Formats: sequence, structure tokens, C-alpha cells
Amino acid sequence: MLVFFAIHLPGGGDPSMLYLPLHATQEQLDAFRHRMGFDQPVHVQYLRWLSRAVQGDFGTSLRYVKPVFPLILERMPATLELAVAAQIFALVLSFPLGVLAAVHRNSIYDGLTMLGALFGQSMPGFWLGLMLILLFGVVLRILPISGREGPKHLILPAITLGTFFLARDTRLMRSSMLEVLGQEYITTARSKGLNERIIVWRHALKNAMIPLITMVGMDFGALLAGTVVTETVFAWPGVGRLIFMAINQRDFPLIQAAVFLIALIFVVTNLLVDLSYVYLDPRIRLTEG
Amino acid sequence: MQQRAIEAGESEAAVTFPRWETSGRASGARFSPILRSLLQNKIAAIGVFIILGMIFVAIFAPSIAPYELEGEVPIGEQLRRRLKPPAWVEGGTSEFPLGTDSLGRDILTRIIYGSRVSLTVGLTAVFLSGTLGVILGLFSGYVGGLLDDVIMRFADIWLAFPFIILAILFLSVLGPGLDKLIAVLAIGGWVGYARVTRGQVLAVREKEYIDAARVVGASHTRILFHHILPNTMAPIIVISSFAVATTMLAEAALSFLGLGVKPAIPTWGSMLADGRDYLRDAWWLATFPGIAIMITVLGINLFGDWLRDYLDPRLKV
Repeated sequence: MLVFFAIHLPGGGDPSMLYLPLHATQEQLDAFRHRMGFDQPVHVQYLRWLSRAVQGDFGTSLRYVKPVFPLILERMPATLELAVAAQIFALVLSFPLGVLAAVHRNSIYDGLTMLGALFGQSMPGFWLGLMLILLFGVVLRILPISGREGPKHLILPAITLGTFFLARDTRLMRSSMLEVLGQEYITTARSKGLNERIIVWRHALKNAMIPLITMVGMDFGALLAGTVVTETVFAWPGVGRLIFMAINQRDFPLIQAAVFLIALIFVVTNLLVDLSYVYLDPRIRLTEG
Repeated sequence: MQQRAIEAGESEAAVTFPRWETSGRASGARFSPILRSLLQNKIAAIGVFIILGMIFVAIFAPSIAPYELEGEVPIGEQLRRRLKPPAWVEGGTSEFPLGTDSLGRDILTRIIYGSRVSLTVGLTAVFLSGTLGVILGLFSGYVGGLLDDVIMRFADIWLAFPFIILAILFLSVLGPGLDKLIAVLAIGGWVGYARVTRGQVLAVREKEYIDAARVVGASHTRILFHHILPNTMAPIIVISSFAVATTMLAEAALSFLGLGVKPAIPTWGSMLADGRDYLRDAWWLATFPGIAIMITVLGINLFGDWLRDYLDPRLKV
């Protein structure tokens, strides 16, 4: 994974020009390059970066002239808050929507839900964000459209980021539920004369939600990545927007550290998901031994 | 002498014997049932209709669009008609059915031309990443051993990285451009194809007709590309159809962030970025390009759903 940091360094254009006054002399330029280590060959820069990173020193931001690690940590809560809110939004709604669609299969309700899910998966998230801003911020004026000052500010960004996942989770929930409802133990429960509602919401749901739960961890990485666009749309002060601005300003130390951290979170959550499989599905443990 | 006999036998056997089993899916005889199934499924037919419509619009953009892309009127005159609302809104004229943007350019014209970038990027990038992934998957599954380990571990690493961030990094370093955009999106998608192809290869590799081909002396290349590859195509086609949709969405997002093609070329994503700045005063700027993206992607998804059910009924829910 660290390979990628090496790839993006060459050919990146010299950021020095952007951070010195226009009339800077050649000596000033050279001095700046030397101080930042840009005069070194790429692999030396990379190794130097790596050895410092391992010790917790991710370098200094060119733009903010501060250590980058605190800069990123500072914005992490905003990003995590957004990602978690979007995840909750998607999960909480997809459960009832998917289950009801499965129970009333081929009804108008089912058709409308699936149509809505298809639309949700087909629109660009940031466009949905723009449309929400238009509707709730400009026309109705009932919700704030940028910044992060309170729970109300979270609503639109979370919907924007979560809609794709809501649409996909609803489809997944429906198909998973349909599969479970066709199984023998459900027939057994029915033949015992159990209330249909109890069968669906207690017996079937428990097993139908397994595929969805296992998606949660994997999605979390995708949600984090998705925050780059969403945070840009809503001026949400998180890591995604920081990365985007750092890229525009060629603030290499900041980009490297931020991407490294996002990738790290991504890898750790994937690992946790793999471990949770073992916990959720005892069959894996057996085959392992 | 004996060598030559084997070679002769190889080509003959390869054409007549194992192909017999694999080629049924693609032969002309199967074509009309495909068409019939497609037309019977109204939803899939809508999808195909949308896709064909978009391709038509993209190809014949200069004839369909009401205006030329630029340089038709002097810039001063063009600026005087800036931010005109759509025709059905007060203040709009039928000259500009969907209104004009902040530089007085006709939005409908730019949406029509924008379809070119979306379709080109979507189709080319998916084709390239599919080819790359399938080839890697074929070798990984067929050769096995160290090569398999290396490719699959690399695939794991690749997946451990949020792709959109990688794409943003690469494009910000490389600069804007259609070729770079396609290259980055193409590199992004190979893992899915490689994994699926490898799985299919492993499943097919031990089948009797592969042994038969080997017995009659078919070369590895021949076995790989003539006997194994056709049997891996069904899931690959299904993945590709959905990949076109996600690639187009990714292209729109990157263009929106200003990392797509050069600014002079209209794309749906960059039009939305313009529209964002005028959300308060000119809602039509940000509305219509998004609808264009949504309809196109929806069409591809509808078609993909049908394709999956048709090619691989096991996946049907």
C-alpha cells in the first residue's frame, strides 16, 4: 500500500513555486527546496518520509506551516460524524423498507420501493446534495446548507452521502428476506400457526440481516472516501475537504499523511470485518481448523 | 514428421471438438431468444431504449444540438443572454429550451455534447479495465503458483485502498485530460474482473473437455483463449454493464471536483460544478445535467439487471 506514496511523488510539479513570492530569487528557491527536501531523489524523499512517519512525524504542511498530523486529527471527528450519520441513515431506513418490500412482494409498494432504490443508485451523490440544497436551503429555507454548527447541519450531508447505500441496502435486505422466507424453518413456524408478524420480524429478520451487517464494515471505507465529494459540496470541515484543498494547493506532506490515514482506517475496518465473519458465522471457524 | 501430425491434429480438434460445447451461447441461433426476452421484459427494454438513445445523441451531437459548441456569436452578445431560465419559466424563451449558463451558453447544447465525454469515458475505461482484469485473472487461475499469489495479493492491496481518493491523487498530479481520466478509471476497476475470471478458470480448468483439448495437444494459449475464456464471459459481461454505470458516476464526480477533462469540453460533471456557484439564482444550471446523468445511469442499471438475470439465472432473486 505504501507503494502508492512513491508513485505520486514524481511528476507532481514542483510545489515550491506556489509557496514563494513571485519575485523569489533562485537562491531562495533552492533554499526552500533544500529545507523541504525536494532537491533529493524521489526514493530518498520517500524513505525519509517513511522513517519519520513510523515515528509518528508526518511532516509539515506547506500551506498551514504546521505539523500535518494534528491538522488531520482535528478534522477527523467531523468526517467520522458524517460517515456514521450516513451509515445510520442508510441502515435504519433500509431495514423496514426492504422487509416490507419482501413481505408484500410484487405489490405496488414493492414496485415503488425498488424503483426508488434504482433511482437512488443511479444518481450522483453530489447532485442529490445540490438538489437538497436547492430544495431545503434555497426554496424552503428550513435547513442550513453549509458548515458544521449543530445537528441540523448534519442532516443534508448525511442524506447525500447515505442515499446510495440506503438504495443498495434496501435491495439487499429485500432479496435476503425473500430467500429466508422461502426456507423450511419459516414454513415450520407458519404451520405451527405463529403470527405472521412475529415470523417476519423475529424469526426471519435475524437471519436476513446477516449479509447487511457484514456489508457495514466494508461500506465504512467507501463512506469515508465518499466524504471528499460530499464535504466539498456542503463545505463540511472534515478530512475529505482538507484532502481536496491540499491537492489543489499541492500541499504534498498533507496529502500523503491524510491519504495514509484514510487507507489505514480502511485496512483496519476491513480486518475487523474479516474477524467478525468468524464470529458471526461459526462455519468459517470450522473450515479454518 | 510426428510433430507435424500432432500440430495438425491440434488445430482440427480445437475447432471441432471443445468449441462445440462453449460456443452455443454466442452463436446466431441464440440471438433471437435474447431479443425476445429483452422485448418481453418492458423494464429492460426501457433501459436499452435509453442507452441506444444516448449513443445516438452522442454520435450525432452536432446535428441534434440547437447551437454550435462555441464561437457562433461574439462573446459580448453571448454574455448579454446569460442565465436565461428554461423556456417554460417566466423570462425564458424557446430559443434556449433549458436556459443558458453564466456565460450565455445554451444548456441543452452543452448537455448533448456532454454525453460524448460520459459515454466515451464509461465505455473505454470499462473495456480497458475489463481486458486488463480478465487477462490477469486468466493467467492467475491457469498458471497458479507464485504468479497467482503475486497477482491476488496485489489485488487485495488494491482493494484495501479507497479508489476515488487514488483517482483524485493521480489526476491532480497528472493534470486534466480525457486520456488521463480514462487511464485512471481503467486502472481502478481491474480487480473485480481478475477475481471473477480467476474463480471461473479454477472451476473450468479441471473439466473434461479441457483435458480432452490437452490430450490432443492444444497449446496453453489455445486452451486459455479458446476453451477457458468463453466460459468465463457471462459474469464478466454482467460486471462490465454495471461498471459502465459506476464509471460514469465516478467520471461525473471527478469532473465536478475539477479533475476531469480540459475545461473547454463540456461534461455533465463540470456543468454541475458551474451550477453549484449559481444555485441561488439559477437552479436550472445544476438541475438538468444531473438529470441527464441519472437517466443514463438508470438505463444502464436496468439493462444490467436484465442481463444478469438472463445470463446467470442463479443470481436471480
